[in-house]
Amino acid sequence: MKNIFPKLRPCRHSGTISALKYGDNSTRLSAVVMGLKHLLNKQIAKGLLFLGFEVGYLVFMITKGFHLISELVTLGDQVQGEVYNEAKSIYEYTSGDSSLTILLFGIATIGVTVLFIRLWQVNIISAYKIQCKVAKDLHLNTFKEDIQELFDKRLHILLLFAPLTGILIFTILPLIFMISMAFTNYSKIDSKLILFDWVGLKNFIDILNFNSSLGQTFWSVAAWTIVWAVLATALNYILGMLLAIIINRKDTHGKSFWRFWFILSIAIPQFVSLLIMKTMLQPSGAVNTLLLGSGLIDSPLPFLTNPTWARATVIIINLWVGIPFTMIQVTGILQNIPHELYESAKVDGANSFVIFTKITLPYMLFVTTPYLITQFTGNINNFNVIYLLTGGAPTPVGSTAGKTDLLVTWLYKLTIDQQYYNLGAVIGILTFVILSIVSLITYRSSGSYKNEEGFM
Amino acid sequence: MNAVKTKSAKKKRLISNIAAHTFLTILATIWVFPIFWIILTSFRKEPGSYVTSFFPKNFTFDNYINLFTNTHILNFPRMFMNTLIIAFFSCIISIFFVLSVAYVMSRLRFKLRKPLMNVAMILGLFPGFMSMIAVYYILKTLGLSEGAMIRVALVLVYSSGSGLGFFVAKGFFDTIPRALDEAAYIDGATKWQVFTKITIPLSKPIIVYTAITAFLAPWLDFIFAKVIVRANSQYYTVALGLWKMLEKEYIDVWYTSFAAGAVCVSIPIAILFVFIQKFYADGMSGAVKG
Repeated sequence: MKNIFPKLRPCRHSGTISALKYGDNSTRLSAVVMGLKHLLNKQIAKGLLFLGFEVGYLVFMITKGFHLISELVTLGDQVQGEVYNEAKSIYEYTSGDSSLTILLFGIATIGVTVLFIRLWQVNIISAYKIQCKVAKDLHLNTFKEDIQELFDKRLHILLLFAPLTGILIFTILPLIFMISMAFTNYSKIDSKLILFDWVGLKNFIDILNFNSSLGQTFWSVAAWTIVWAVLATALNYILGMLLAIIINRKDTHGKSFWRFWFILSIAIPQFVSLLIMKTMLQPSGAVNTLLLGSGLIDSPLPFLTNPTWARATVIIINLWVGIPFTMIQVTGILQNIPHELYESAKVDGANSFVIFTKITLPYMLFVTTPYLITQFTGNINNFNVIYLLTGGAPTPVGSTAGKTDLLVTWLYKLTIDQQYYNLGAVIGILTFVILSIVSLITYRSSGSYKNEEGFM
Repeated sequence: MNAVKTKSAKKKRLISNIAAHTFLTILATIWVFPIFWIILTSFRKEPGSYVTSFFPKNFTFDNYINLFTNTHILNFPRMFMNTLIIAFFSCIISIFFVLSVAYVMSRLRFKLRKPLMNVAMILGLFPGFMSMIAVYYILKTLGLSEGAMIRVALVLVYSSGSGLGFFVAKGFFDTIPRALDEAAYIDGATKWQVFTKITIPLSKPIIVYTAITAFLAPWLDFIFAKVIVRANSQYYTVALGLWKMLEKEYIDVWYTSFAAGAVCVSIPIAILFVFIQKFYADGMSGAVKG
């Protein structure tokens, strides 16, 4: 083929644009007929694959795809109808649009399109590379060599393909789907469960508004979530560390014996131990029976029924769950604290409290900041403890959230029980925002970020 | 003078020793108390969830027999098999996904490596089940929400995202000396061969760790199971079934059997968990010791 673009600069470029700019005719034509360059240069299998994907994509888009994307604008407006059939003298239903399906398929189509564009870029760059290699008279890979390359130079593509597909379909697609729901009125309110519309930022404004009852619920739940997460993380951390220190004292006998009892409680599945605790803490549960029987109290304690008691109870039960985890995590690190630090502190006459606050704690905070951030994130999203123990209760009359509800359990109730999907999605997004801000600030101000050189 | 000092120091040590051991005994009692209680309950003859005395008046083995034979309302043996099957397949897929991603992120260098790792971190900050409803609709679209396909759906739910949990395994792979890889490359090995013939054989602790963690997930989760299985009681997993036993309509009859079920499930899980701890510790201390 004669080149009508004589100023051909050979091959110091990569990227789609420069491939198109410096490519010859057949390279450029590959942008329209994918795989053409490969077919012309005897890379038949590869060329046919590119071509096949292009044809498949175009057929899909023309028969369905464009329609699916265009429906995203309105999310459907065909109401499911009733038509009276006189011949049979019954009402027949005409199928209406389902906004949910439209949204899901629309997003999936956009996703497929993005992937196709990427494939198109790969195709052009690859075509340009062929052109370069031919110009320099270099060897072109056969299909077999391409496959072999997947096991060597391009192993990352082979190994990542399946895991990434899984993540794309079952993590990222659902996430985008849910995020977009936050901008619709998909909710049981006004029975918008089949047909719904875009409403922009309305849900966010409703939820963040201090004056509406929804807004007040949100702010009180958010405040409790933060209080809970800070208290749960800090108490677990400090008490777990103290426990580890006491077990690791030089004079403690049977270290692994003690450790065993605490590890045992982690080994029991959380939903089992928490459900047991729940029944034990009922007004007529085991704990109250025991206390009443021993004459310590006259009437059952309202562990999970009084708001303040319930909040204290969940924090304490969470200590039961969390302290052994911290103990395991910090045991190894504690033993790494340089002994000289303790020796010199003792020489200076410091007591154990001073040693703990001036040496152990700063050292541990320095080393374990990442662990603390994970713990904090885990506590903000600590669904199990709250849902299994109290289910968010006690719940004030008329409210959607209980006094112990965290943002996540509230989210769960709003979506699964009450079908306010749009509000649930907004809360999910806001939780994410809170989490990222907190993690970023803690991480940035932590010693291990500021000073990577090390402690001291 | 000196003798007096050592004597008082000894006394002080004795006191603090007694204090520490008493403290540990009290704490250990508190920690074991619920476990002790559920074992007692599982042998209790009097039915119902609420009791008038702490210790059972009569002991029996019937709760365990009831759990495994009274199958027409809540079929515990079937729940157990369901969970076992789901756990087995999601475990296999997860091992493959986690090891692949971890190896790629640890050893191979390519343009998208850093961005992909950042995306994985960010995805971890979203509440996991925020997208649960969406996952359900995707499974429904794929025709996996009815009948026996529910099992496939649960396997996919537990394993498909496992590639995101590669950080621990990556940390482990990072400790395998690169010199081993380079020696193999000099001998003409491909990267695939290095992965399968060098890295994987050296990674036993982390493979066991990954396998047990993945195997345990279906036994512990009831949130996703509840949304995906819904009312199809023949596909209940153990966690879902036990949770059901404490619902209002079942609790009075089933409470003691719930305790028996909890004991049956907890024992194997506890054993596996102790294993994980060992392999986790081994994994953290590095691959090749020298």
